[in-house]
Amino acid sequence: MKLTVNGATTYCYTGGKPFDAAKPTVVFVHGVLNDHSVWILQSRYLANHGWNVLAVDLPGHCKSGGEAPSSVEEAADFIGALLDAAGVQKAALVGHSWGSLIAMEAAARLKDRISHAVLVGTAFPMKVSPALIEASLNEPEKALTMVNVFSRSTLCAPPSALGPGTWVYGAGMALGRRVLRSNPKVNVFHRGFVACDRYQGGEAAMAALTCPVLFLLGGLDQMTHPKAAQGLIKAAQAAGQKVQVVTLPVGHHQMTETPDATLFAIRDFLKT
Amino acid sequence: MPGYSDPGFDTLALHAGAAPDPTTGARAVPIHLTTSFVFESSDHAAALFNLERAGHVYSRISNPTNAVFEQRMAALEGGIGAISVASGQAALHLSIATLMGAGSHIVASTALYGGSQNLLHYTLRRFGIETTFVKPGDIDGWKAAVRPNTRLFFGETVGNPGLDVLDIPTVAQIAHEARVPLLVDSTLTTPYLIKPFEHGADLVYHSATKFLSGHGTVIGGVVVDSGGFDWDASGHFPELTEPYDGFHGMTFSEESTVGAFLLRARREGLRDFGACLSPHSAWLILQGLETLPLRMERHMSNTEKVVAFLASHPLVGRVGHPLLESHPSHALANRLLRHGAKGAGSVFSFDIKGSREQGKAFIEALKIFSHLANVGDCRSLVIHPASTTHFRMSDEALEGAGIGPGTIRLSIGLEDPQDLIDDLKRALKAAEKAGA
Repeated sequence: MKLTVNGATTYCYTGGKPFDAAKPTVVFVHGVLNDHSVWILQSRYLANHGWNVLAVDLPGHCKSGGEAPSSVEEAADFIGALLDAAGVQKAALVGHSWGSLIAMEAAARLKDRISHAVLVGTAFPMKVSPALIEASLNEPEKALTMVNVFSRSTLCAPPSALGPGTWVYGAGMALGRRVLRSNPKVNVFHRGFVACDRYQGGEAAMAALTCPVLFLLGGLDQMTHPKAAQGLIKAAQAAGQKVQVVTLPVGHHQMTETPDATLFAIRDFLKT
Repeated sequence: MPGYSDPGFDTLALHAGAAPDPTTGARAVPIHLTTSFVFESSDHAAALFNLERAGHVYSRISNPTNAVFEQRMAALEGGIGAISVASGQAALHLSIATLMGAGSHIVASTALYGGSQNLLHYTLRRFGIETTFVKPGDIDGWKAAVRPNTRLFFGETVGNPGLDVLDIPTVAQIAHEARVPLLVDSTLTTPYLIKPFEHGADLVYHSATKFLSGHGTVIGGVVVDSGGFDWDASGHFPELTEPYDGFHGMTFSEESTVGAFLLRARREGLRDFGACLSPHSAWLILQGLETLPLRMERHMSNTEKVVAFLASHPLVGRVGHPLLESHPSHALANRLLRHGAKGAGSVFSFDIKGSREQGKAFIEALKIFSHLANVGDCRSLVIHPASTTHFRMSDEALEGAGIGPGTIRLSIGLEDPQDLIDDLKRALKAAEKAGA
């Protein structure tokens, strides 16, 4: 489905079902150099189980036009504008990696309009090594390889996004190349990493949430190590938020290396 | 430096796609000889059928043993995924049938396996798909052959049996300018000798019957997708970019930004055409894949020695291997192949100076080389292409494929190289006597 958000065409995958604003809505937000398709199994399942799904391509990424966001805050405001454009008053937000920061910040800003926040593979601060930031700009193929090496936790994922026979590592590499190529004006790899690295509002955002929050972490995650999420978890608990933490035996490719466990954790949390 | 997180080729050949079985602890890949898989619940069944969850339903569509083979091939080729099928020919057909229908057009190399030539020249024409054949090195010819309805470029990494090396970067560029993908048959090279995706190819298929399995025991095929071709941007592939009534109105390029081809190929091609691979065959191929790097090294070193012997024999007129500077693909092989011209494979041809009778005497005198219609076995093989594998081709087409009436094709195996040379020496002597 295509919407016009902030004057730009915005693509949202709806899980193979027609958009229906009357249903409860869940918005999926991808991470750096990804797009909607990383959520394909989880979003398609929920769309066929009573949810209205909007798995968005962030501005300047793949099928969406517009200026790629240069900060978490800018991207969070985009999520609010997206809900307005779709005519959605209330939604759950699910974000992965950079998308988890966007979901958290958006939930803090949108307050009662957000019913649940699911932070997959999150960390705060989400510092990115200077070498990786530099490589994302000047040697993107090298940086992409580093990201996918750090993200994987297995050489034998179960049937995944493309069904049986999916090579998750290769799929991550190909998607990264495609997303990078989709925006000839801006290196969205570099811009996304810089946005992660510079974001400072995590604890304040967590304190401002008015919805329950699920931390869905990868016990083997080398990109966003579970330890790096503990500060946010403590901040949420200190602020009196309703917090749930699920740690799966997976790296940073949660949605494709453990698709079912990731789905079930999200599904069960959204029922609360 | 390859390590646990970034394993090298030899490690992937052994481990990609497989781990000890979580139920039994079996270290080797189990053979899942079952037609179907029990659903956990009605909801699980519906979710599998509707692609909301990934898993196995019915072994025509997917099977856990086959999935190991598929992941391993995708890992070795540098792709996003793969689909195993009943043969190399099934892989070619599945690729074409997924991308086009009647009224479409293919541009293909003349230097093709005879079976592929038959499919394109005769069989697909009957279904409304036409092919223009171009000599692999005729770059202007590839450009000139493009039509508005062209949907695919197709060639072999090294042609069978002339070993014309396909200039993949150049041909891929022409294909991409025409907004169509390049499919290559990498059967003779395997990913050990060249990874076509690194040179610009979009889809790769293999007859796994040959070097991948390597022991002459099984028929199988596999197609691997690079995930690099942008079907949406091309605008030529409504099969992948528009809703498909045959699968819940699914638009494959929306479901997966990089995997639309594989989604449709499995969900339509395996479902409807049904050329699935037996799990037992997949297991046999996996046994071969585990030693692929070791075997390919020996294939190469044996071939180098045999080529040197034949090139210096007075009864041999031409040896068609890029190892020799006289071969038209010598320079290109050195540029593209991982091991240079040495890596142009161990299937090559040569011409005996003399009559057809002398050629016949040569083949019949061989004792170690087996006279049969296959290549890529661990045992050395020999055949006369013009009367067997390529016998349906016209003289003109034969010439295009680099085959003469007296051409002999060898597939060099893993035996002691001196024994192979002695066998050839003895047979050439017999040929000489037959001409006396």
